[in-house]
Amino acid sequence: MSISIILGKLAEAFVINIEIFFITLLLGLPLGLLIAFGSMSKFKPLSAVTQVFVWVIRGTPLMLQVIIVFYGPGLIWGGQAMGRLSAAMVAFVINYACYFSEIFRGGIESMPVGQQEAGQVLGMTKTQIFFKVTLLQVVKRIIPPMGNEFITLIKDTSLARIISNKEIIMMAQEYATSKALIWPLFSTAIFFLIGVGILTLLLNYSEKKLSYFR
Amino acid sequence: MPILEVKSLQKSFGKTEVLRDIDFTIDKGETISIIGSSGSGKTTLLRCLNFLEKPSAGQIVVADEIIFDSNNLTKQRESDLRKKRLHFGLVFQGFNLFPQYTALKNVKMASELLAKDREDYKKNKKASLNAIDKSARELLAQMGLADKMESYPHQLSGGQQQRVAIARALALTPDILCFDEPTSALDPELTGEVLKAIRELAEQKRTMIIVTHEMAFAKAVSDRVIFMDGGVIVEQGDPNKVLGDPEHERTRQFLRNYGD
Repeated sequence: MSISIILGKLAEAFVINIEIFFITLLLGLPLGLLIAFGSMSKFKPLSAVTQVFVWVIRGTPLMLQVIIVFYGPGLIWGGQAMGRLSAAMVAFVINYACYFSEIFRGGIESMPVGQQEAGQVLGMTKTQIFFKVTLLQVVKRIIPPMGNEFITLIKDTSLARIISNKEIIMMAQEYATSKALIWPLFSTAIFFLIGVGILTLLLNYSEKKLSYFR
Repeated sequence: MPILEVKSLQKSFGKTEVLRDIDFTIDKGETISIIGSSGSGKTTLLRCLNFLEKPSAGQIVVADEIIFDSNNLTKQRESDLRKKRLHFGLVFQGFNLFPQYTALKNVKMASELLAKDREDYKKNKKASLNAIDKSARELLAQMGLADKMESYPHQLSGGQQQRVAIARALALTPDILCFDEPTSALDPELTGEVLKAIRELAEQKRTMIIVTHEMAFAKAVSDRVIFMDGGVIVEQGDPNKVLGDPEHERTRQFLRNYGD
């Protein structure tokens, strides 16, 4: 079997990793913002429940969460609730949303209160103050920690193989077991490095874009 | 007829009484300065007037309209509250400009958002945005910042930032403009330009309340000076009288510490 065919197969499998990555960002970031508002809520029961939820999700392994989301509903209600890929995505979105939420919370709470007060005195609504005044400043502050999470996420996506999603590492492992080829497994590193490389460039670009203000 | 009447205003934080019993009025076009040592309640008073703190008791009346009454605390709709707070403008000690917007946008933004709420906004969109733009540019020019419209706050000196903040507060044409130690965060050589801008506003007969530690400025610019201590107004009156020959020992003591 030629090298190029194997690399092609690996690239095909890497699409699953990329899908999980983008879905997690697309749904996890807004959900993370919601969770951040929940844990900052002045309504004590809501903030308490949210904080316990974040503790449970951050306190247990992502791999375990993927397994629970896939097998759990079937054990409780019978039948099979979700496909393998969807189950992995649900677990990733919830898990990463909790990490994102803490970064959002840190960013929002680090804003000087004067910004909010200036908005209030100018007759702006709370929503206007958040979207027109606070948000961009928060985004600027949280790009570095968010970047860390994004980079971890790319590599974490291969955990989806625990419920037999044929992502890149699982595909490479099959060559190791069935064809006694170890190099495909090693070569997966290239795919992750390229992904992280592109991501790093994008993050640097956004930091630069937002450097017009302080 | 007074434009502002503050009646028996009180404010406590927990057990600490910051404002005990504040009564005063301002006439339209009058400039008053509030002096006193830190912790005397000056800043809290301004924050109460601007709805940044909720008074514990008392009444605030602007142009015969009761805008706060502790005996009649019906739940207010947020939109009504916003309308009421627009009677006042506030210039902060720390400027609090929005860093991601240019000087011009800082001045225009609130007016643009308010214009959007008006029913006929869609119909007159262009005209109303043009009018806002024009008046914002005029205000910045009046503050001596005609060449700084497109600058971001971090590109401006403290004095320039504070003048942008004054223009921003003026853009909403408040009935009463409040200044909370407007020069305290500035290097000494930059205070002059801000004080000059405020003095010009006083000459134009804007109604203003200025909390300040600049005694010479307070004397020169105000129609009346209020001296506060321990959450009460100790004395008030003509600046030359209060600052030159005060009635109360506490006032004399305070002025002596300033050494002028």
